[in-house]
Amino acid sequence: MAIFVQFAIGLIFGVGLIVSGMSNPAKVLNFLDAAGIPAGTWDPSLAFVMAGAVAVTFVGFNRVLRLGRPFFAERFSLPTRADVDRRIVVGPAIFGIGWGLAGFCPGPALTALGFGSSSALIFVAAMFAGMLLARFTAHLPSRARVTTPADPHET
Amino acid sequence: MIATPFTPLASLLGGALIGMSAVLLMWATGRIAGVSGIAARLFPPYEDSEFPGRLAFVAGLILAPVLVRLTTGGLPEQTILAGTPVLIVAGLLTGFGAVWGSGCTSGHGVCGLSRLSARSLVATIVFMAAGMATVFVMRHGS
Repeated sequence: MAIFVQFAIGLIFGVGLIVSGMSNPAKVLNFLDAAGIPAGTWDPSLAFVMAGAVAVTFVGFNRVLRLGRPFFAERFSLPTRADVDRRIVVGPAIFGIGWGLAGFCPGPALTALGFGSSSALIFVAAMFAGMLLARFTAHLPSRARVTTPADPHET
Repeated sequence: MIATPFTPLASLLGGALIGMSAVLLMWATGRIAGVSGIAARLFPPYEDSEFPGRLAFVAGLILAPVLVRLTTGGLPEQTILAGTPVLIVAGLLTGFGAVWGSGCTSGHGVCGLSRLSARSLVATIVFMAAGMATVFVMRHGS
């Protein structure tokens, strides 16, 4: 049961990406192109996607978290870290460069696979390689100072 | 570059659906809907009891276009101008950075900001700025 629900939740996410236009990298890149503002080619749509998503999530999280526990799990697993360390700057900086190069971030890239796009397939394969590389790098002995593993859930 | 039309209503609606999905995932599993986190944990050593759920979520993401095509008879335009070498470099950086920075556009940009997380705010500002700088160099650098 939980699996079908999570499949449906993934579907809703993907449909949201398609409806919002974010499954089209050209639209993302035209948002990121600040020089497009004076040129008149800027596409502010992504800001509206963020606004719609954050508004619903902000209200929804507040309500859901007031419930004692999630429907299919024992407890809520929320990120607890609050410190702004070097990794929270360096990681997103690297991520942002990749995002700006192709216009893909992980969600839209996965949804683009369902369009039958071979470009998306190349991107997603490289993305998974990058993820595994980051996890491996985080565990290198020379990085022993970094006590926490690269944990994507620690937002 | 290829011009794209500004779509405030569709983008707001699509964004609301993404938010709804994040809220539902929190309700169902108690987890943040961070796509990079969920996707990265499809690989070892994360073969825990939540693995099937993560796989189902990613399958839903991938199959969403099939649902849209079946219900509306078509799919919106998708323009990917990047060639294979750029796609590979972009994918590597995006994947590496998302794990290194504990999240991506969904985990930090949507869920983190909604939770008023300082880490997510920093992350969102940094990847937006880095993305904009990259597009500027790529399009107007030479």
